[in-house]
Amino acid sequence: MNRIKQRFEALKQQGRKALIPYVVLGDPAADVTLPVMHALVEQGADILELGVPFSDPTAEGPVIQKAHERALAHGSSLRDALTLVKQFRETDFTTPVILMGYANPIERLGYQHFIELALDAGIDGVLTVDLPPEEAGEFNQQLGEAGIENIFLLAPTSTDKRQTMVAEMAGGFIYYVSLKGVTGAGNLDVVSVKQHVDHIRTLTDLPVCVGFGIKDGASARAVADLSDGVVVGSVLVSKMAELAARGETSPRAFSQAVSSLVAEMRDALDN
Amino acid sequence: MNKKASIDFNQMPDAHGHFGPYGGRFVSETLIYALDELESIYRNLKDDPEFQAQFDYDLAHYVGRPSPLYFAERWTRETGGAKLFLKREDLNHTGAHKINNTIGQALLAKHTGKQRVIAETGAGQHGVATATVAARLGLECHVFMGEEDIQRQSLNVYRMKLLGATVVPVTSGSRTLKDAMNEALRDWVTNVDDTFYIIGTCAGPHPYPELVRNFQSVIGREARQQSLAQTGKLPDALVACVGGGSNAIGLFHPFLADESVAMYGVEAGGFGLGTGKHAAPLNDGIPGVLHGNRTYLMEDENGQIIETHSISAGLDYPGVGPEHSWLKDIGRVKYVAIDDDEAMDAFRHLTRIEGIMPALESSHAIAYAEKLARQMDPDQTIVVNLSGRGDKDILTVAEIDGITL
Repeated sequence: MNRIKQRFEALKQQGRKALIPYVVLGDPAADVTLPVMHALVEQGADILELGVPFSDPTAEGPVIQKAHERALAHGSSLRDALTLVKQFRETDFTTPVILMGYANPIERLGYQHFIELALDAGIDGVLTVDLPPEEAGEFNQQLGEAGIENIFLLAPTSTDKRQTMVAEMAGGFIYYVSLKGVTGAGNLDVVSVKQHVDHIRTLTDLPVCVGFGIKDGASARAVADLSDGVVVGSVLVSKMAELAARGETSPRAFSQAVSSLVAEMRDALDN
Repeated sequence: MNKKASIDFNQMPDAHGHFGPYGGRFVSETLIYALDELESIYRNLKDDPEFQAQFDYDLAHYVGRPSPLYFAERWTRETGGAKLFLKREDLNHTGAHKINNTIGQALLAKHTGKQRVIAETGAGQHGVATATVAARLGLECHVFMGEEDIQRQSLNVYRMKLLGATVVPVTSGSRTLKDAMNEALRDWVTNVDDTFYIIGTCAGPHPYPELVRNFQSVIGREARQQSLAQTGKLPDALVACVGGGSNAIGLFHPFLADESVAMYGVEAGGFGLGTGKHAAPLNDGIPGVLHGNRTYLMEDENGQIIETHSISAGLDYPGVGPEHSWLKDIGRVKYVAIDDDEAMDAFRHLTRIEGIMPALESSHAIAYAEKLARQMDPDQTIVVNLSGRGDKDILTVAEIDGITL
């Protein structure tokens, strides 16, 4: 069984919510990401979302855009992401890993080739921001045959018809985008999130997780109470950017910095 | 070639915005709703006589259409070969073909009731054309422009400000047109309820490539009638520059079914195709996904979009409208490249022998048309799209000449 399914079933039995941190591969340096991933798991991350850097990340706010730029500055690529996850799997067999990114690097490898490498690396899910259901048919089918979950976004603007279409195609969990905006925006509206998540639940048995605009333990808790889990990205990436700006290069320092943030969120979700 | 005979070019794109394998709608979920809304408004208005009449009225009385089809007699004589005609889009209000599209999209914006419009711009021509229609309709206007381009095109930046627009500097990525488009998409996703995005070229997510083409097709419809009236026949060849490709598709589209009419899209060869420093994805790129559509792109082996180079800011873009990608693959249009030096020579030449100063973008088409004319007979005709006037480029040209104005 796919690790994402296993993880959500375990969480359900424990009555806990999923904590899904996001970091960008190779941000700010190639040797930082692997220790950071292990540190995130140690502090209670349930699923890891690894951002694949792209030259034109249109869905990202300034914080994550800059992370993509830092990673690209030294040539980080989708192939590197696949290699890195393979290394991660040498010591961690249970934590699900999702690649989040844009269509073009995957298209460049070719869907089938990408899927072969992803299976070999131990990747559990893929979220391609600019591949909505209308354009995802072929890729979705190939991922399904390979047993890799294709995770789709739903937004406050998604119509009933689209919510149904996404629910039919999606695997893993539904990623509900909490607001109209880019990653790291500040206009989270919990009442609206509740209405939408409740509605999505009537259409699918998949877990519903919420991302965009979650900044701290309190907002994580508020959103987790309405859903099955939270995705946290910009706040972690921003912390790493601060360190990078100060000239920090030690992977350990980056791991410690994100650890304290994730520990705070874990605590807020569990207590 | 038989493949083309059975194609109904007016039925493209398909219902999902695909031109063969190209086009489509590769955007994040939040924007789908806005694109659906735009498509539905456009479908309702497209064949509405009142909307069409308003569009035609604005083109006639505000833009100054029809633009002349001018027989460049001296240029023809000195070149030797086919007769060279210029479709004078440079004579439009604001000095380029861009206004045809912004008039159309502003009318759509008006129907949505949205009070704010946004646009991306490279050289600033589309930004000016958008700021112009926004001023006329009293809409709030934000134009996204790469920080690099703001410095290179200070004249157009000031024009936009005079027109009441806010010019937003874009500091991400390569700080040029592609990044301006990224930032416009980010703004749109954030302000989707009250904002209409006026895209400047025939690229982007469906339905933009289709509606921009249809608004720009006035160029080709006029050129067709004018050719018949002035020469008694259709032209033998059409030539237009291709960045995103809106002036080219506007000229080409009404002729696509006329098999006798050859078509040439001229990309920016920059320092030369062999150098990799150019903006010619149809000549030297591969299909990929950027800015909401699948199309030929300039990218590296990892699928990252690479920085392009052209002396002309309006052609300095790593992608191209998806319909051009398709027309290339089916062989209906031939895509060629002209490098910076050839374009500069054409700019100077046309200025001196016809008293017409072409935009550096259009100069690429001029340069290729001259080569083409020499290989054709004197009883044949070529229509070249003179998509914009060159006044905006004077500072660039002066700099090349080592002159500070």
